[in-house]
Amino acid sequence: MKATQQLEQQLKRRSKAAKLEIWGRVVSFSALLLIVAVVVAIIGFVASKGIATFTSNHVNLWDFLTGKQWNPNITDANGKPEVGALPMIVGSFLITILSALVATPFAIGTAVFMNEISPNKGAKILQPVTELLVGIPSVVYGFIGLSVVVPVTRAIFGGSGFGILSGTCVLFVMILPTVTSMSADALKSVPRYYREASLALGATQWQTIYKVVLRAATPGLMTAVVFGMARAFGEALAVQMVIGNAALMPNSLVSPSSTLTSVLTTGIGNTVMGSLQNNALWSLALVLLLMSLIFNLIIRLIGRKGRLQ
Amino acid sequence: MSKKRWVQGLVLVVLLVLGVFAYQTRQVSHAGESITAVGSTALQPLVEAAGEQYTGEHLGTFVNVQGGGTGTGLSQIQEGAVQIGNSDLFAAEQKGIRSTELVDHRVAVVGITPIVNKKVGVKNLSTKQLIGVFTGKITNWQQVGGANLPVVLINRAQGSGTRATFEQFGLNKSRSKTAQEQDSSGMVRSIVATTPGAISYVAFSYVDKTVQELDLNHVAPTEVNVTTNKWRIWSYEHLYTKGQPTGLTKNFITYVQSPAVQKTLVRQLGYLSPDQMQVERNAQGHVKQLGGTK
Amino acid sequence: MTSKKQNQLAIGALYGIAGLVVLILLALLGYILVSGMPKLSWHFLTSPAKAFLSGGGVGIQLFNSFYLLILAMLISFPIALGAAIYLYEYAKDNWVTATIRTAIEILSSLPSVVVGLFGFLFFVVKLRLGFSILSGAFALTFFNLPLLTRSIEDSLRTISDVQREGGLALGLSRWETVTRVILPAAVPSILTGVILSAGRVFGEAAALIYTAGQSAPALNFADWNPFNISSPLNPMRPAETLAVHIWKINSEGIMPDAKAISSGSSAVLVLAILLFNFAARYLGKRLYKRLTSA
Repeated sequence: MKATQQLEQQLKRRSKAAKLEIWGRVVSFSALLLIVAVVVAIIGFVASKGIATFTSNHVNLWDFLTGKQWNPNITDANGKPEVGALPMIVGSFLITILSALVATPFAIGTAVFMNEISPNKGAKILQPVTELLVGIPSVVYGFIGLSVVVPVTRAIFGGSGFGILSGTCVLFVMILPTVTSMSADALKSVPRYYREASLALGATQWQTIYKVVLRAATPGLMTAVVFGMARAFGEALAVQMVIGNAALMPNSLVSPSSTLTSVLTTGIGNTVMGSLQNNALWSLALVLLLMSLIFNLIIRLIGRKGRLQ
Repeated sequence: MSKKRWVQGLVLVVLLVLGVFAYQTRQVSHAGESITAVGSTALQPLVEAAGEQYTGEHLGTFVNVQGGGTGTGLSQIQEGAVQIGNSDLFAAEQKGIRSTELVDHRVAVVGITPIVNKKVGVKNLSTKQLIGVFTGKITNWQQVGGANLPVVLINRAQGSGTRATFEQFGLNKSRSKTAQEQDSSGMVRSIVATTPGAISYVAFSYVDKTVQELDLNHVAPTEVNVTTNKWRIWSYEHLYTKGQPTGLTKNFITYVQSPAVQKTLVRQLGYLSPDQMQVERNAQGHVKQLGGTK
Repeated sequence: MTSKKQNQLAIGALYGIAGLVVLILLALLGYILVSGMPKLSWHFLTSPAKAFLSGGGVGIQLFNSFYLLILAMLISFPIALGAAIYLYEYAKDNWVTATIRTAIEILSSLPSVVVGLFGFLFFVVKLRLGFSILSGAFALTFFNLPLLTRSIEDSLRTISDVQREGGLALGLSRWETVTRVILPAAVPSILTGVILSAGRVFGEAAALIYTAGQSAPALNFADWNPFNISSPLNPMRPAETLAVHIWKINSEGIMPDAKAISSGSSAVLVLAILLFNFAARYLGKRLYKRLTSA
């Protein structure tokens, strides 16, 4: 009787492996929880600070999003502070879209070359170079922008050389490696037999690339582009050095303008915590955060569509 | 497996022993004797250099100097998170600061001058003309007797001390129109130097051969003119403390205000010493003649 | 006929694009290296920076960059590894997992300024860590976690399910399969991912300006006791990194050779990242050979 009970207990006891299993599960899950906690903390923090502009400083949300005057130090005729973020929002979008427009053909072209036309050269030259460039710090990009791109823009178009065009040039080079390597991954995931089938049907290489490979890889390519846009949207230091930081509606590509990040980095040190000026800057950060949320949702949506096909 | 455990245990013990040993042999005199000064990036080099000299002379102390901007400095000193707040402005001028709680220690005087690109061909402006240029009424340098070049305004960031001083005393409190803003003096100078028609303003120490400084109403931007307030665009650099300073904070501030720093570092970095001034100015901009002692 | 011509034309165009991209990228690298090379010397790499005189180096900044990187990696790697294992090996494919993934993605696309400011208000001010290497390492961890998690997860994905099934079929638990079978196989690609993300962390500036600080106090390289304030190992001292240094001298640098120093520092930074990349490639290949042939 006792012996059987003991045996039963022994059998029912968790084995060492099972304990380890639980331990491993708990440890890895808590690591994940930690990351989630960090994300929630940051989002909560930025949101609480950013919303203060509207709750405790009573700025109208609509005025904030559509106003064209950004002078948080000054109140307008109605006694309301001038915190119109439209110039920055427009500037951010313009610069993001333009740099993505320029970078996409180059990135996809290079990725196609790496994968389809000359995999040998691709692996030997292009891949190392692009991977290296992903790692170049944004300060260095800004520094080059300042010493090369801005003077060239100035020489060609006049004015001060600072503006959306210079910013686009810098961002184009900055996101190019990211988009290229992600596009290359997308192309790599297209099964080999797609290509073989197409070539066997008598299609030329270009027709195979254009009609089969690129079509099949479209969701992945779009993800790459949107990811590049998200990076461009959130970039601060490099853009700040070349865009000119004038809170004006951009009326041409070579007039100084500003982005959400450039105003944020320029102004945050000069304002006092808890004041309207400071809160208004945090609201800009909140807009940035929401935008990166939207970019992510878009990437996800594209990914899901790709999977369904 | 058991051998591995053993090695792991040994490593752990060695680390522990080393840690305890390190803790025991730490330089006890260093503990607790450190202060932090945060704020104005313009003032940072001076305080940093003074801090290094001071800690070199007084072993066992440590002065930690950080930038972050005037606003950061003032809000941190108000919170009591740091011991010294470096500021380009009077605390009373900064919105959101309860200046009555803070004690002002002036450590330097900085003169600010308008600078223009060399191609502009203007060397003197009247205050009225300067205001016209910065408020956008004057859009071509021809209108003030210069070359046929459009005016390109370059401002410092909103809330920067240099800009506040320039607008108050250079533009008689008129507000500059919205234009390009730059974060720092070095950047402003290099942009003005390379952009035809550009105008901006920097501290005297940033003026070099690449840009043209402007006389204002035929008064030259010189240090002598600042000391007599003939050149009106100048401001103090402040170290703020919360309440009266004590201990190391007090000693350090006294050191910065002493001739040992005022006659050497302050001058080397292109500032004037408050001791040289023949006038005094308060937060409201009222100027008082100092009783003719010098 | 036309399709053949089209083919030639298109492929020619692709050659052109690829060539152009390589050209742009090489020109970029060349520019950085050529303009920075003249500044590089043993003296430049080892001597401390000077606040306002010429002839300063980046010795302390370089050391700080590496130290900070190692600390940040020590903190973030275990967390990222755990999270990646859970996400790929355990998590069910439902909306909770999807939400978590989205959250991590958001963290990765967050502007680093925001991370830096959060780090400033939380670690520096609230937890009273001050401007220190530790605050900087935590901020970098935030910045690094999503990248690292994603890259480790990708590495796990490259290990075929056959290996997992094999492990499970041998009667190993899931955790044992992961630690004994999957991880060893994934080590080379995990390592590559870690080194590549180290490159990005190495060059990060915006997240560090307000956390690790913008000043590099003199260090005593003979003193390796981490409890002493001037010891290079002290995690509570402020530490300006190379990337922050470039940013600072570009904005407020008043030393006469600021431009040369910033080109020199950029070249050092790029060379370091080049080194990381080659190391990643080399180690990855060697480990792969070793682990797969064994």
